[in-house]
Amino acid sequence: MTITVAGNKKEYAEGLTVKQLIEAENVENPLYVTVTLNDDFVKSDALETTVIKDGDAVEFLYFMGGGC
Amino acid sequence: MVTLNNEDYEKILAHAISCLPEEACGLIAGAKHGEDAEIQKVYLLTNTDHSNEHFSMDPMEQLAAVKDMRQHGLVPLGNWHSHPESPSRPSEEDKRLAYDSAAHYMILSLMDRAHPVLNSFRIYGSESENEGLERKEST
Repeated sequence: MTITVAGNKKEYAEGLTVKQLIEAENVENPLYVTVTLNDDFVKSDALETTVIKDGDAVEFLYFMGGGC
Repeated sequence: MVTLNNEDYEKILAHAISCLPEEACGLIAGAKHGEDAEIQKVYLLTNTDHSNEHFSMDPMEQLAAVKDMRQHGLVPLGNWHSHPESPSRPSEEDKRLAYDSAAHYMILSLMDRAHPVLNSFRIYGSESENEGLERKEST
C-alpha cells in the first residue's frame, strides 16, 4: 500500500499499525511524539491497535515546550 | 548563525507582548545553509499552558504550521518562546524538553521590557550554545 508519511509517499505492507510505523521510520524519542492519521490525533493507547490503510496520511509531531 | 528579518522579529515581539504575563511561543521555518539558518517565516502559536513559567505548543496549530511550511517549500528550523521575567538563555526545563539537536531554539527575554533580548541557541542534552542571531532589513 502507499501512504504519506510527513509529506512523503512511501510503500508499506498492508496491516501496518501506527506503532509499527513509528518503529519503521526510526522516530526518535517516540514518547514525545504525537501522531496524526488523516489529521486526527491518535491516542497513545491506540498506537498498537490503529491500522494504517492505503492512501492514509501520517504526521509525527514532536512535543514542543519548555520553561523559563 | 541565524538570520531573521526585522518584520518577523517585530511579529514575534508583538505577539510575546500581547501574551504577557504568559509565555508566548511559535515555530520558525526557512532555509538551511550548512549549520546556518535563514528564517523566512515565523509562526505564532498558542501556549496551551497559559503560564508565565511554562509553555506547550498547541498540537493542532503545530500541525497546520508544518503543512504550511511544506506547502511553501520551507524547512522546519525550530521554535521560539518568550521569557517574561528571565534572561534570554535556555532554562533547565528548556534543555530537558529540547529533543532535536539540529533545531534552532530562539528565546526572547522581556525581563527588561524597554530592551527585549532575542538570542538563538543550539541545545545538546544539558549543554547549550548561543549560536548568534543577525537581524536584517526586510526585503
